[in-house]
Amino acid sequence: MLHLSGGSPRTRGHLVSAADLTRDDAVLILDTAEEMARVADRPIKKLPTLRGRTVVNLFFEDSTRTRISFEAAAQRLSADVINFSAKGSSVSKGESLKDTALTLEAMGADAVVIRHHDSGAPHRLATSGWINGSVVNAGDGTHEHPTQALLDAFTLRRRLVGPDAGLGQDLSGRRVTIVGDVLHSRVARSNVHLLHTLGAEVTLVAPPTLVPIGVEHWPCEVSYDLDAVLPKSDAVMMLRVQRERMNAAFFPTEREYARRYGLDGERMARMPEDAVVMHPGPMNRGMEITAEVADSARCTAVEQVANGVSIRMAVLYLLLGGSESAVTNYRTEESK
Amino acid sequence: MDTTVSAAGPARPVLEAPDIARVLTRIAHEIVERAKGADDVVLLGIPTRGIFLARRLAAKLADITGATVPVGSLDITMYRDDLRLRPARALARTEIPGEGIDGRLVVLVDDVLFSGRTIRAALDALNDIGRPRAVQLAVLVDRGHRELPIRADYVGKNLPTSLRETVKVQLTEEDGRDSVLLGARPADGQ
Repeated sequence: MLHLSGGSPRTRGHLVSAADLTRDDAVLILDTAEEMARVADRPIKKLPTLRGRTVVNLFFEDSTRTRISFEAAAQRLSADVINFSAKGSSVSKGESLKDTALTLEAMGADAVVIRHHDSGAPHRLATSGWINGSVVNAGDGTHEHPTQALLDAFTLRRRLVGPDAGLGQDLSGRRVTIVGDVLHSRVARSNVHLLHTLGAEVTLVAPPTLVPIGVEHWPCEVSYDLDAVLPKSDAVMMLRVQRERMNAAFFPTEREYARRYGLDGERMARMPEDAVVMHPGPMNRGMEITAEVADSARCTAVEQVANGVSIRMAVLYLLLGGSESAVTNYRTEESK
Repeated sequence: MDTTVSAAGPARPVLEAPDIARVLTRIAHEIVERAKGADDVVLLGIPTRGIFLARRLAAKLADITGATVPVGSLDITMYRDDLRLRPARALARTEIPGEGIDGRLVVLVDDVLFSGRTIRAALDALNDIGRPRAVQLAVLVDRGHRELPIRADYVGKNLPTSLRETVKVQLTEEDGRDSVLLGARPADGQ
């Protein structure tokens, strides 16, 4: 089979926002992750697929978990990984995002995984023309964290539908409740969009002060009463209370928050029997989740970490594994 | 390797359902003969149609030997040498039987043997999964035009073709009927 590759440059795909994914894209990523997950059971947990490709982890914000997850994913696919942390680098000496990007481009990065404290930085990187590589958003400000949403959807599908039965399926009709600090949570935002795309019904539960303005335009319901929503939930996603972002008084005391919006054993008992408890980590035990719930068999926190590597392998493979990306031909503002 | 049937030109059947059944029966007997029984044989089909052929062979081996033969699948997508020439493609299932492949006789099963590149990728994939005692290859059709030093141990039908022709295998499980079709590639084709 002859195939002339021609001289045309690769059309690069990006993963900047979960809201950009179509249902078919999202299901393809989940199905691919299911095959990637099986590699973890092999004696040699490595595939030659991205040999010779370079993946740069560009982290302007500390996140050991997300970084090592991307690092493990890239290495299992045999890509070369360069970790670029803003602390102690040229960025702390005042280098702009543009100059950093041009540096990475000069080093031949095929993909840039970016975590940034400002919302929109990955979008800027993807659309600026500074780099030719694929851009993967690993969390930007309070905007999005698409791979977290994908790994949550993957975990949900495996638990609620089944690893094999789930292939090709979405989450139609599943009811997912997201509880906690929605205002500061890019995880919540990405999850609302992705879960909606996959057909799930999403309900946000939070103190009124932690519900973002404009939430009425999100494809979800909002409730202030956790106990009323729990019996109708197939999954409850507990968000971390982000103490580092709590510079205003969003709730009176931590004890009151835990009492009204925390998940303890008694509340968990009100959920349907096969419902699961999710947490993106790191957990504040005693705050949004009690140790009893965190250590129960219904809590998927540890599974989510393992699934994160599979999902990131799937994303990197689908973006970099061929002459052009199989998913997310990222829509620019003009074409939306 | 499956070659898509061309839209142009009528495709001529070279094997029909009874021929395919006979051919698979013969291959099953050959496997038993060469392996002196089929005690340590593991059949691994290469997606998509190799899997169905492997399952059919396993059923025939069970009839002949009275023992069940482990059968699985081996997806070679991530080991292909032409990944960079085409868009990233969806993965198929790799299912290694519980017995594993270490120390066993692995028989790879595919529908059409053409350039040999699929089989090279399969050998690489096997290398990451375990260390078989030996690896053999069974194909329904060998259409020639090898680009690598690879040959099949069991061949259903040797089918001399030109590069302008296409070979399409249809199996009931996937296509609703059993046949092997020889067609012409469209003139503006690849």
